[in-house]
Amino acid sequence: MDHSNYPNDYIRGILNSVKSIALVGASANPARPSWIVTKYLLERGYDVIPVNPGIAGTELLGKKVYGSLAEVPGPIDMVEIFRNSEAAGPITDEALALEPLPKVLWMQLSVRNDEAAAKAEAKGLKVVMDRCPKIEFGRLSGEISWQGVNSRMLSAKKPVLSGKGFQKLGLNRP
Amino acid sequence: MTDRLPGFNTLAIHAGAAPDAATGARATPIYQTTSFVFDDVDHAASLFGLQAFGNIYSRIGNPTCSVLEERVAALEGGTAALAVASGHAAEFLTFHTLLQPGDEFIAARKLYGGSINQFNHAYKNFGWNVVWADSDDPSSFEAAVTPRTKAIFVESIANPGGVIVDLQAIAAIAKKHRIPFIVDNTMASPYLIRPFEHGADIIVHSATKFLGGHGNSVGGLIVDGGSFNFAGDDRYPMLSKPRPEYGGMVLGETFGNFGFAIAARVLGLRDLGPALSPFNAFLILNGIETLPLRMQRHSDNALAVAEHLAGHRKVSWVSYPGLRSDRYHNLAKQYCPKGAGAVFTFGLKDGYEAGVKLVSNLKLFSHLANIGDTRSLVIHPASTTHRQLTDEQKTLAGAGPEVVRLSIGLEDTQDLIEDLDQALAAA
Repeated sequence: MDHSNYPNDYIRGILNSVKSIALVGASANPARPSWIVTKYLLERGYDVIPVNPGIAGTELLGKKVYGSLAEVPGPIDMVEIFRNSEAAGPITDEALALEPLPKVLWMQLSVRNDEAAAKAEAKGLKVVMDRCPKIEFGRLSGEISWQGVNSRMLSAKKPVLSGKGFQKLGLNRP
Repeated sequence: MTDRLPGFNTLAIHAGAAPDAATGARATPIYQTTSFVFDDVDHAASLFGLQAFGNIYSRIGNPTCSVLEERVAALEGGTAALAVASGHAAEFLTFHTLLQPGDEFIAARKLYGGSINQFNHAYKNFGWNVVWADSDDPSSFEAAVTPRTKAIFVESIANPGGVIVDLQAIAAIAKKHRIPFIVDNTMASPYLIRPFEHGADIIVHSATKFLGGHGNSVGGLIVDGGSFNFAGDDRYPMLSKPRPEYGGMVLGETFGNFGFAIAARVLGLRDLGPALSPFNAFLILNGIETLPLRMQRHSDNALAVAEHLAGHRKVSWVSYPGLRSDRYHNLAKQYCPKGAGAVFTFGLKDGYEAGVKLVSNLKLFSHLANIGDTRSLVIHPASTTHRQLTDEQKTLAGAGPEVVRLSIGLEDTQDLIEDLDQALAAA
C-alpha cells in the first residue's frame, strides 16, 4: 500500500466494513479533535469505544471509557490512534496482541509510523496513516463539500441521503 | 492503483456539482434561502460547534455558494475555498485571518487601484500596515521583511495590465521567512496560471472578472493551498490559539490543511458578514463552465489587437507580454505559455487629452471600470480608476497620463481593430 496516496475505494471499503472502533487518545474536552471525531462517528452508526487511561471508568458521549485496548470487552474491528507518531508504535503492539486481531489500524491526521504500519500489515491488517476518518467520510459522501472543501470527487450520480434529514449523506455514492 | 485527477476542462464543469441529493436537479440549484432546518436539537448543536458538516445560515455557508467554492478550489489545486461578496471582501477576510493590529504586510506596487486604496487607507483603521515593494525586483520584498511581516501579496498578472510577476522568486523569499504568500489570480484565472504550483499559499480572486466572465455578478473567492502550517505558530492566533468563539477549539489543528479556509469562514465571514448571494454564485458557476474556452479566446484576441496597436503611428508603446518584444515575454513563456490574458495597456503619443478623446470615440468598446467581460472594455486609468492616486503613485502603478487599458473580449478581432483605428484617427 502506498501510504501517501490511498485509493478512494480502499478508504471506502474500510469505512464500510468496520463497526466497532476503539479510539485511543479519546478526550472529554469537546474542543478537541478526538472528541469531535468520536461524536461524528457515533452519529454515523459506528460503535466507538473510547480508550484513555486518564479518564478510564468515566462516560464519554454515553460510552464507557477503557484504560487500554486489552481491557475492551468484545472484538474490535478498527483501532484508531489519536496520539503522536511515536506513541503509535507501542499502541500498535497492543493492538496486535488482541485476540481476535482487529481488521484495521488507522492513525489520525498528522500521525505516521511506518515501522508500526509494516508490523500491522505483516499480520494482515489494513493500515491507514495521516488521515482523519471524519474528513474521509465527509469527502467520500460529499458532506465536506458543504464547507467548500475540495473533495476531489466528481460524480454525475445523486449523493445518497442518510438519516432523517437532508444534511447527512451516505458513503456509497455511485 | 490511485485515483486519477480529472483534467481542467472536466473540473471546470463538474467539480463540486453533483446532481441535487433531494430532487436530482442536474444544474446547480439556486438555494435562495437564508436558513436551513436542523434535523433535531443535537444536530443543531453539532453544526454550531463545527462538529458536523452542513448548512446553518447563508451568511456562513450556502449550498450554491459551496459548489462555487469547491469548483474554484479544484481548478486552483487548493484544499478548500470560501466564496464572498466581492474580490475586496476576499482580500479583507484573508488579511483579517492573518493580521493583528500593528502588523505589517508587503504588497507589490503594481496592483488594481482599488486594492491600493484598500491597503493604504481602509486598513489603517485596523492597524494593518502595508509596506510597498517592486514586483520587478524580488529583492525589494526581502528588504521589506520585518518581525511584524505577516503576509506577502502580489497579483500574478498585474494591473493595470501587461505585467507578469516572477512568482517563484517571491515565493522563495516568503518561504525563507515563513510568511504566507498570497497571490491575487484574478487577471490570469487558473486556466492561464496556477499559483499554488509556483509557491503561493493562499489565492484570492475577484470572481467578478474572468471566473464569472460575463460582467453580470460581483463576487470573490479565497482559496487555501493547504501548504502553510499555521498550527503552533503564535504569529497567527486565529489559527494557532484556542478560540473563545468555539469553546477553545484550535482551528489550525482541528481542520488540518484546510484550516485557513475554515478560519476565514467561521471567524471572518461569520462575524464580519460579506456573504455572496446564491444567485451571484449561480451566475459565476455558469461562467466557469466555459472558462477554458473563454480564456484562450481572450488571450488570442488580445495578442492580435496588441500586435496591431504596436504598429500604429499614434501609439508610443504597447505593454502586452504576449508580444515577442515585450520585457515580460520570457516570464510569460514560463508562467502562462497558453496566453498572456485579456488585459493590457498602451501609451498614446499625444498624452492625457488623447486618452480622454479615445474612450469617447470608441463605438464597440465599452467605457467602464471593469475587466474580464465577454465584451471588450476600455478605460483611461489616470482619469478614472487611479485618479485618487498622486501623479507619482499613478506612474509607479503603471497608470500614467498617456496610458489606456483594454480588456479584450470575445468578439471578432477585425471588428475590434476597426473600432480602435477609427477612434485613434479622430483622437
